[in-house]
Amino acid sequence: MADTLAPGRPTPVAGRGRGGRIALRTVGLAYVAILVLVPLGIITWRALSPGLPAFWAAISSQQAITAFRLTAEVAFASVLLGTAFGVALGILLTRYHFVGRRLLGVLADLPMAVSPIVAGLALVLVYGHNGWLGGPFEAAGVDIIYAVPGMILATTFVSLPLVLREVVPVLQEVGTDQEQAARVLGAGGWHTFWRITVPTIKPALTYGVVLALARCVGEFGAVAVVSGNVSGVGQTQTTTLVIAERVQQMEPGAYQLAFVLIVTTVAALLVAAHIRRKDELS
Amino acid sequence: MTTTLVETPVGATAPAAAPTGARAQRTGAPLGRASGLTLGVVMLGLSLLVLLPLAAVGAEAATNGWSGFWASVTAPAAVDALVLTVTSSLVVTAVNVVMGTLLAWVLVRDDFPGKRWLELVIDVPFALPTIVAGLVILSVYGRNSPVGIDLFGTRWGIMVALLFVTLPFIARTVQPTLMAFDRDTEHAAATLGARPRTVFRRIVLPPLVPAIAAGAALAFARAMGEYGSVLLISGGLDKTQVSSMYAFSLYESYDFPGAAATATVLLVVSLVVLVGFEIVSHRAGRRG
Amino acid sequence: MTAKSTHPRAAARRWAAVACLTATALTVAGCSSQADADDAAASGAPAAGGKVSIVAFSVPKPAYDDLETAFQGTDEGKGVEFSASYGPSGSQSKAVAAGQPADYVGFSVGPDLTRLVPDQVAEGWDSDAHEGIVSSSVVVLVVRKGNPKNITGWDDLVKDGVEIVTPDPATSGSAKWNILAAYQHVIATGGTPEQASDYLTQFFQHIVSKPDSGADATTTFTQGTGDVLVSYENEAIAARQKGADVDYIVPDESFLIENPGAVTVESSDAAKKFLEFVTSADGQKIFASHGFRPVADVVEPGTVEGATDPEKPFPAVKTLTTIEDLGGWEKVDKEYFDKTDGLVTKIEASVG
Repeated sequence: MADTLAPGRPTPVAGRGRGGRIALRTVGLAYVAILVLVPLGIITWRALSPGLPAFWAAISSQQAITAFRLTAEVAFASVLLGTAFGVALGILLTRYHFVGRRLLGVLADLPMAVSPIVAGLALVLVYGHNGWLGGPFEAAGVDIIYAVPGMILATTFVSLPLVLREVVPVLQEVGTDQEQAARVLGAGGWHTFWRITVPTIKPALTYGVVLALARCVGEFGAVAVVSGNVSGVGQTQTTTLVIAERVQQMEPGAYQLAFVLIVTTVAALLVAAHIRRKDELS
Repeated sequence: MTTTLVETPVGATAPAAAPTGARAQRTGAPLGRASGLTLGVVMLGLSLLVLLPLAAVGAEAATNGWSGFWASVTAPAAVDALVLTVTSSLVVTAVNVVMGTLLAWVLVRDDFPGKRWLELVIDVPFALPTIVAGLVILSVYGRNSPVGIDLFGTRWGIMVALLFVTLPFIARTVQPTLMAFDRDTEHAAATLGARPRTVFRRIVLPPLVPAIAAGAALAFARAMGEYGSVLLISGGLDKTQVSSMYAFSLYESYDFPGAAATATVLLVVSLVVLVGFEIVSHRAGRRG
Repeated sequence: MTAKSTHPRAAARRWAAVACLTATALTVAGCSSQADADDAAASGAPAAGGKVSIVAFSVPKPAYDDLETAFQGTDEGKGVEFSASYGPSGSQSKAVAAGQPADYVGFSVGPDLTRLVPDQVAEGWDSDAHEGIVSSSVVVLVVRKGNPKNITGWDDLVKDGVEIVTPDPATSGSAKWNILAAYQHVIATGGTPEQASDYLTQFFQHIVSKPDSGADATTTFTQGTGDVLVSYENEAIAARQKGADVDYIVPDESFLIENPGAVTVESSDAAKKFLEFVTSADGQKIFASHGFRPVADVVEPGTVEGATDPEKPFPAVKTLTTIEDLGGWEKVDKEYFDKTDGLVTKIEASVG
């Protein structure tokens, strides 16, 4: 997502007139309030109104705690993979020239156009029991589908473009002057990468990582397809899947768990906004 | 996010304020040993993660030959789902084009206490888990609606859910472009007596079109594939079943060829429309 | 971007960072797979405790949750660890066939279990006293509280304006029971197969929603879709126990639902003991408390909260057809639900 505004910007009018500006502001604020704020408020009320004991019961059950841990594990692993890919790809696409560069860019961006259900199905078709690569993995005793590795693959798939999209514009904008200077002075590729390139993209990268993390924590459709929906020992239900089960089985706790994820999301966005602001100010 | 969706980020239309550094990127260095190796690893990873799985979907859809594929795709439920999905996505994208641009305008050209919070709130639907979004929409617009609006099991409910999750896309792609805008032409036009509306339509809007198209592409793609947020409000009715839900039910009944056929069609339609957005973006970019 | 500290220290810090990241990634991956490996090892070993992975259809989850806890309170079940997965009967069965780990499987309809014979479930699973059945119920009609549309029996379902919710036969076992009951009620009241097919066609025309599973269908109904839900009696009782505002009618003609359960080929001793517990008097009492009709007649159900009359929770059905009456599941599955020639498949296709 793009940067925040620089502070202290004078109030521009640009020929709109004061009345027009107020009108636009009102419409915009009303739209956002009705579409986002009111629903968030209602669900917060639904989550907290049964009271604190109910809230605690919902988030402290064995299933919930395991789900939180699993969500964190899968999200963390996926973000790690996505960041490694994103940074490597970003540099390859902006600093180098090779056959198929355009195609590679398209391929890396493709997951944004793919429905999470399709992503899950695609992975099952390759890594599942009768999948293209299913045989070798099963023979080696490695479970991918219906197990955590499959969930990591699914979550990585859907979040793959996020870091890349944050990193590429910055790499394009900044230019290679410093990197070329470093090379002229004799620095090796790796050295240039760590000392010059990474610090340049660090704010955008961190922002992308936080967004990707939020996205991975919240993944639902793709993991619903690949996980097998197991609770208890060897659980494969992430927090989102537990919420879905609670709703489907008419058991309490869905709203409370949803509230936890909302808080996590907002916290992640606050961190991301803070990073952006620090970058703007520096 | 200034890049468009399908086209590689490198060749995308750069924002209005592209600094001189961008010019140097067009050529790029040839691959060395380390970069070559990295490329190999990246390609392997992308193949295993993206290319192979999507190819498998296409292959699976073709298991029963062209006749089987066609039968799956023209089944009444499949057609209904696709029509619903495409129309809802287009409508929602159109609404977002207007509201997203408006919000970007408010974020850039206006100033009021709490504007930072507006940005945060706008971003929430993007980062929120889809099933949570679904629960949020259900709690407001379900049968026990606290505001008295019951959209349960209706297409309106689906569209509200889609509006929710696609809110940030256009606003956030237009915002940086608008921010980097050179105001001189605007001021000149205003000085020469042009009305605000004309200034907007003739001066401000054309350079924004690529950014709007980029955001619209993202919003459309997201709406087409959306699952978690529309699941609950749809009420399980056949008439509110979007393509992703239809594909999931085929998957659950282990009709993999059918599920793959639906997935293929969904993907193809998405990509066709996205290319359309690309063309619009390019045309506008060239004219401007 | 000025030059920082001396090269060696910077390099060391850099490599330390890389090492940390790699180590973390490997640890995370290792922990997850280690946990899985532990589970895998535990399920095979008949050690004290042991592990049981349940894969079952969606409807009996509340019963199995209680059965797990009760079993863990017995001597045989002390220290046993459970994992469970619930979903549409057909999908769950196919998942096990496709490799989802399972020690104990419980499905809605016979074919979903026989599908796993002999690869995952050994022959002879149904040779015990209960013929492999672990729970039973009857098909009922669930309506809104107060029965506003005045549903009294099957024929009211095809009246003008009545909207039916029933699960999708492609995934759900519950759906099959419902459809058989709907079809058979015509035969049971002296109708001909043609009339029964006619009725079933109208029945399908009135369906507004076909959720994936029995539990899904109940939720869809309670959230506001449709006028009548065709479901298990126990599902209706469970919904009322969870506070849903619904009533249910036990029609004059209905079908006896019998849910099979078995242990898998590689299951632990704990799983076998669990199966014994489930079919014991204690286990059946727990099922009864959740609205299931006990498999063994000698078990007194006691008071069942949520039933229309908690003291007499399981009224006798005037005309109860069983799957045996129709010649067994193999015959019925082929005749009615075959993918191309099945009677029901054809009717469903004709309604579109």
